[in-house]
Amino acid sequence: MPQLLKISKSVDEGTKAFLEFLLKEKKVCGVITLRKIHGDQGIGYSLITRPDDLEEALPLFPLMPANGGKILSRLTLRGSPKEPVAAVMKPCEMRAFIELIKRKQGSLDNFVFISQTCPGVYPIEMSSGGDLETLASRYRENIQLGENIPETRSACRTCLHFTPPNADIIVSLIAEKDLDKSCSLFLNSKKGEALADGMAGERREQTLDSPELRLLHNKKKEERKKLFDEMGTEMRGIEGLIRLFGKCIGCHGCSYVCPLCYCDLCFFDSKPNESRPISYQGDLERKGATRIPSGTIFYHLGRLAHMSVSCIGCGMCTDVCPVDIPVSTIFSRVGESVQKIFDYRPGMDVEEVLPFAVYKEEEFQEIGEQ
Amino acid sequence: MNNGFEPNIIGFLCNWCAYTGADLAGVARMKVPSSLRVIRVMCSGRIDPLFVIKAFLKGADGVMMMGCHPGDCHYQKGNFSARRRFMLLRTILDNLALEPERLGLWWVSASEGQRYSRVAEEFANKIKNLGPSPVRGEIFL
Repeated sequence: MPQLLKISKSVDEGTKAFLEFLLKEKKVCGVITLRKIHGDQGIGYSLITRPDDLEEALPLFPLMPANGGKILSRLTLRGSPKEPVAAVMKPCEMRAFIELIKRKQGSLDNFVFISQTCPGVYPIEMSSGGDLETLASRYRENIQLGENIPETRSACRTCLHFTPPNADIIVSLIAEKDLDKSCSLFLNSKKGEALADGMAGERREQTLDSPELRLLHNKKKEERKKLFDEMGTEMRGIEGLIRLFGKCIGCHGCSYVCPLCYCDLCFFDSKPNESRPISYQGDLERKGATRIPSGTIFYHLGRLAHMSVSCIGCGMCTDVCPVDIPVSTIFSRVGESVQKIFDYRPGMDVEEVLPFAVYKEEEFQEIGEQ
Repeated sequence: MNNGFEPNIIGFLCNWCAYTGADLAGVARMKVPSSLRVIRVMCSGRIDPLFVIKAFLKGADGVMMMGCHPGDCHYQKGNFSARRRFMLLRTILDNLALEPERLGLWWVSASEGQRYSRVAEEFANKIKNLGPSPVRGEIFL
């Protein structure tokens, strides 16, 4: 049973105090966390080494300006930090990092992870022109109701993995009633316990699992089923695909923010993918007219083929789409089916090998012999 | 029969088994549908899922992937990859209700000219009954 450390401060102040403790006691040499961009211009990830800078940190803020897993991958692509660094990440960001590590796009060495039971994040656009304070307090009020928080990303409202199994420390957020007065940290691993050693606060044993978490899990499961069923009726056949993706402007923003789309040169941005006149000529001979430029549906089907097996459902894609295509719902729905076929759970275990890097001699036996 | 509709079927055949089997069928004058256009690849493991997607988006009514029987791949493991990629493609098509029956995978060895003829004929008939692909006339792809 994990240990629980209860700090007598608000959940935000308590978490910041813990991060400050880690830096001051030199348990870590740096902290990666969300931070206020001055003048209330918004928030962004920062690697902080001076305890004083933590003043501007917003570790639990309900926004995801970029998927943190993608950021950690960029940071560790060529090497790891020489001393421990604490990364404050939401569960899907950790899952993304693990999927990237399987593709040799980063390393876990010298990282400790501080995550949370995650009630979800608001779409990025809600932070512009915004009052971060108001957003934060609206969020806190809703958490205490234990409900699926309205106005958060649909990916979040339908997320079934909001408790990160691999984090060293987990801040308890979901359904907590006293967020203004108390900050509860689950010490989820030996590393987590070592980190918290010496931090002032009340200790007791407590399971992560609780009736509130299970209740919320059921609510999210229902909402997920409803969303996927609705998408299922919209997504039928080529007419459905064109109805959904017809207005795509081909900005490839979805791919650029997707943590799984790490390719330095995406096939769909490369020269071989560009249509030559002979290709248009062929289309015109067959159909009499064509979309220019062509390749919209090919891009999305191709990206599904390339990454849906590892889609961890963070929702960055829908967030950035300039024409409001529900990319994340579509990709998560297909991803779920593909992952089921291969009995694969993306982001859960760094030792679980990618489905297309292995095969079994005895599998899908009925295929091909008919 | 369906209004005398002649389908366009694309077949990706591996050089060592399937293509040789198809060649054998030809030499032995076995019946092979004229609607099947064969593309030779060195191994079924070379079949990129994007080839299949591109074929469908260009208006193919059916796509066949063919290679050596599992365990007999000229390059040892290629057909195992092909099998997993086929499952990926079929799952995506199924999830999007894009008629996954229009895609098939068959293991055909170099000596199985008869088998090649049979599966090709059967698939061509199946596609004829399914009718032309709904993708055919779509402009905004």
